[in-house]
Amino acid sequence: MSSFADQLLVLVLLINILILGTHRARVAIRAIALQGVVLGMMPLLIHPVQGHILLITLFVVLAKGVCIPWLLFGALSKIEFSEDLPPFLGYAGNVIAGAVATVMAFAFAARLPLAPHHQELLTVPAALATILAGFIALASRRKAINQVIGYLMLENGIFIFGLLLTEAMPLMVEAGALLDLIAGIFVMGIIINQIGREFSSIDTSRMTALREEE
Amino acid sequence: MVLFTLLVLIPVAGALIAWLIPSNVKRPWVMPVTACLHLALVVAIVVAPPLQSRNEWIDLDAIGKLFLLEVSALFAACAFYSVSYLHYRRERNNRVLCMGMQVCLAAMSLAAGVHHMGLLWLAIETTTLSMAPLVYFNRNARSIEATWKYMLICSVGIALALLGIFFLAYSTVVAGLPPSLLLEPLQGYAPRLPAGWLHAAFVFLLVGYGTKMGLAPLHTWKPDAYGEAPGLVGAMLAGGLANCGFIGLIRIYQICMASGNAPFCRAALLGIGLLSLFTAAAFLVHQTDFKRMLAYSSVEHMGLFAVALGLGGKALYGAMLHLIGNGLAKGVLFLAAGNIHRAFASKSRDSARGALRRAPWSGALFLAGFLAMTGSPPFLIFSSEYSFFVAAFTQGHPLVGGLLAVLLMVAFLGMAMTVLPVVFGEPPKNRERTKYHDTALLVGPPLALLTILGVVGVWLPQPLYRLVNAAAALLEVAR
Repeated sequence: MSSFADQLLVLVLLINILILGTHRARVAIRAIALQGVVLGMMPLLIHPVQGHILLITLFVVLAKGVCIPWLLFGALSKIEFSEDLPPFLGYAGNVIAGAVATVMAFAFAARLPLAPHHQELLTVPAALATILAGFIALASRRKAINQVIGYLMLENGIFIFGLLLTEAMPLMVEAGALLDLIAGIFVMGIIINQIGREFSSIDTSRMTALREEE
Repeated sequence: MVLFTLLVLIPVAGALIAWLIPSNVKRPWVMPVTACLHLALVVAIVVAPPLQSRNEWIDLDAIGKLFLLEVSALFAACAFYSVSYLHYRRERNNRVLCMGMQVCLAAMSLAAGVHHMGLLWLAIETTTLSMAPLVYFNRNARSIEATWKYMLICSVGIALALLGIFFLAYSTVVAGLPPSLLLEPLQGYAPRLPAGWLHAAFVFLLVGYGTKMGLAPLHTWKPDAYGEAPGLVGAMLAGGLANCGFIGLIRIYQICMASGNAPFCRAALLGIGLLSLFTAAAFLVHQTDFKRMLAYSSVEHMGLFAVALGLGGKALYGAMLHLIGNGLAKGVLFLAAGNIHRAFASKSRDSARGALRRAPWSGALFLAGFLAMTGSPPFLIFSSEYSFFVAAFTQGHPLVGGLLAVLLMVAFLGMAMTVLPVVFGEPPKNRERTKYHDTALLVGPPLALLTILGVVGVWLPQPLYRLVNAAAALLEVAR
């Protein structure tokens, strides 16, 4: 069963690369939604099925697969999207950085002192790779919406690591964290709208009014 | 337990009521009512004898009680102030502001009492979220930029803190112990946890909660958010949320101290603390915008918190005092700065000059707040900073003590270069006079906070003294 989970994690890693490489925000939103749904299913595969796990799966799939993409599309629909803003390293540079980060994550994870029954799993390297990919997107993207997607990748990476710890995280905290994530994306969606209205662009590198005076 | 639940539920109920009230003029009155109930309840809980039957999840210890006292007093000041402030700005819809402030108070109350690392994280994350729309109260290009930076940087930071918590839980798995995120069991397990994972957890939590506190180099959102938010929101951010991040840091510190990995954590805290003090001192000199100046002053005092934890021993008593001192002094400064900002319609020392003549009460409060913040006697922060020096020089860190002295002095001079022209300067002739004038509700709340700082600085009441000592003792598990 867990080998199927590993195959899904490979899919998650490929989605990271896809998000880093695409220049279309709509594709990226669909991809991050798919990644969220895939991850939402994971607890069912690696733990014996019980009420607690089923509820978490349901929450995660609803939040990451339905609610958050809906909020992000909502934020997009109200602003014009004619401009193409290449990220700071270029799309190819992003993909290469993502691939290098993935390789490094695997190399690093192999040296980590993991619990014996976790040594063979892809979980930890996949978590690290996804977190790094999220950071790459956060640092290189200029459009506000892509930065939010980078943040979601980072969250997904942390979620993958959390798969090892489902017993330690009580349902209440898990559900609360998801609620906070949704609320956060909701607020970010509103801000993106306002940025679009105020700057007639969601290029965050244009926001330079606030800095120390020379 | 019931009382503690009420502490969280009262502000939530207040937020709901604020949501339901349609009138923009009547709505702000909900906040003082919430504040009075909350403060009364906090005092009742603090004075009451500790309960015997303790809950593992919720346990309001001495640290939590101190934090609650500070936050509740600060919120009360902001609440009364807000009535007059929001009346002045009644053309703006204040529904979100009234709700956000109260949700934030509920989340901070929760953070004070929880001993489950996951739930604590949740409470701290909620405080971040609830304040984001408030930074955007002024609805202009500058405030949207500030809000975006605040939201994105703090969200990423707090996500890294969650990763740190996962590492902490994972260290129990690797050690073959039952996974737990409760403070007391973790303190018990601590000596058996693998050092590598514990260090990783500490570093990520330091980065995560450090972002929230605004420790350098993770402070970049702070001057923007504090500069653009209304004064009372700035007061809550600097005196409430920043301290709340410190509470998060304290909890992981407690676990690390119990683990025997103290030197690693202390060195990291001293390093990041001194870096924050250095950054703050560098940016405080020649700062023309007095609200941004306050943000760097906040970076400075968060750095002091980190240094105090790094020094340990006698500095821990000071750190607990500083929790109150920093919170209340930031309240005085931000509320007075908000008044001066509106009196001159500017927050630059070039055009906002001579506050003593234009708005005498606010000007005097700003000056006194500056003295209180920089550790002048008789105010409380003098005692806390003094204890940091005592700790540095008597516990074998003379270099840290020397650096502290220099950096605090530079920060003092830097702030004086901005504060003095704003307070004493010659009011500009060519500017249009605004409608602003000092009213009782605009100067009373900061005056009350300042009075507390002065009184407590001279004479610390016995119960409060015991509480501070008990809180410092909780940080000393290792010895």
